[in-house]
Amino acid sequence: MTAALAVVVAALVNITGPGHYIHWGFIQISVGNIIVISLMVVTFLAAILIPYHRKGGRS
Amino acid sequence: MTAVDHTPAETGEGLAEDADQWTAKIRRFLMSNLPPGRLIPDRQPSYMASWIYIFGALTIGALAMVIISGGLLSVEGPTWWHDSSVGLFVNSLHLWSVELFFFFMVVHLWGKFFMAAWRGNRALTWMTGVITFMASIGAGLTGYLSQTNFDSQWISTQAKDGLNGVGVGSFFNVLNFGQMLMWHIMILPLAVVAISVLHVLLVRTRGIVPPIELEPANSATATTGGEA
Repeated sequence: MTAALAVVVAALVNITGPGHYIHWGFIQISVGNIIVISLMVVTFLAAILIPYHRKGGRS
Repeated sequence: MTAVDHTPAETGEGLAEDADQWTAKIRRFLMSNLPPGRLIPDRQPSYMASWIYIFGALTIGALAMVIISGGLLSVEGPTWWHDSSVGLFVNSLHLWSVELFFFFMVVHLWGKFFMAAWRGNRALTWMTGVITFMASIGAGLTGYLSQTNFDSQWISTQAKDGLNGVGVGSFFNVLNFGQMLMWHIMILPLAVVAISVLHVLLVRTRGIVPPIELEPANSATATTGGEA
């Protein structure tokens, strides 16, 4: 079971091989970096747009 | 029950003849700028009811995990994670808490940038954040150099050329593993934590920046907004 779990995790996050890059004109960025930057943008937008409700209903 | 006698200094007042002592001056400064109610407040301004305000605290939480996991790694040394599953786990904990630290810090930075959080005499708060960010990048680089593998060797040679290119290569040697490890576990963490503490104390002193539409007419003297 542990070995099977290790295989699944290793398949999801395999950092032992060569890196993968996105090329767009003169722009070159690794897939890992573009994923992290995208997640930060999504998190930033979510933090602004999702309403913050406090206990007790005060706003 | 016996009543406890408090000296004048303990109550924050002090004797008149001691007023020129440096201890009295520092106490007056702290009591004036950071009274207990401002240092650990029970309430915050109502405009803080937004998720964007939690990323500073999340950054501090991630930094605490970075320091704790880094402290554990320092017990067994930088090669521990190569030959121990526990070492690998602690090393991974260190790596991912660093990832979260930078993630939260960048979102915090974006939030504060679009709020123009340097308004209202908060320039020093902003600049201490900038310096913490820069010191964190140095801590991150020296962390990569401390992996004791081919990756760290490659990064060190590339960093050497880059640092020499910007003219700072004579101040430290990124090819010197011992020097970089000491920068990573002593100098830079001390800088990041010390400036972070100053940053938080400045936030407490000056208060959270109000939204631009609530900006007081004389923003130079603004400190805190209305309480919720």
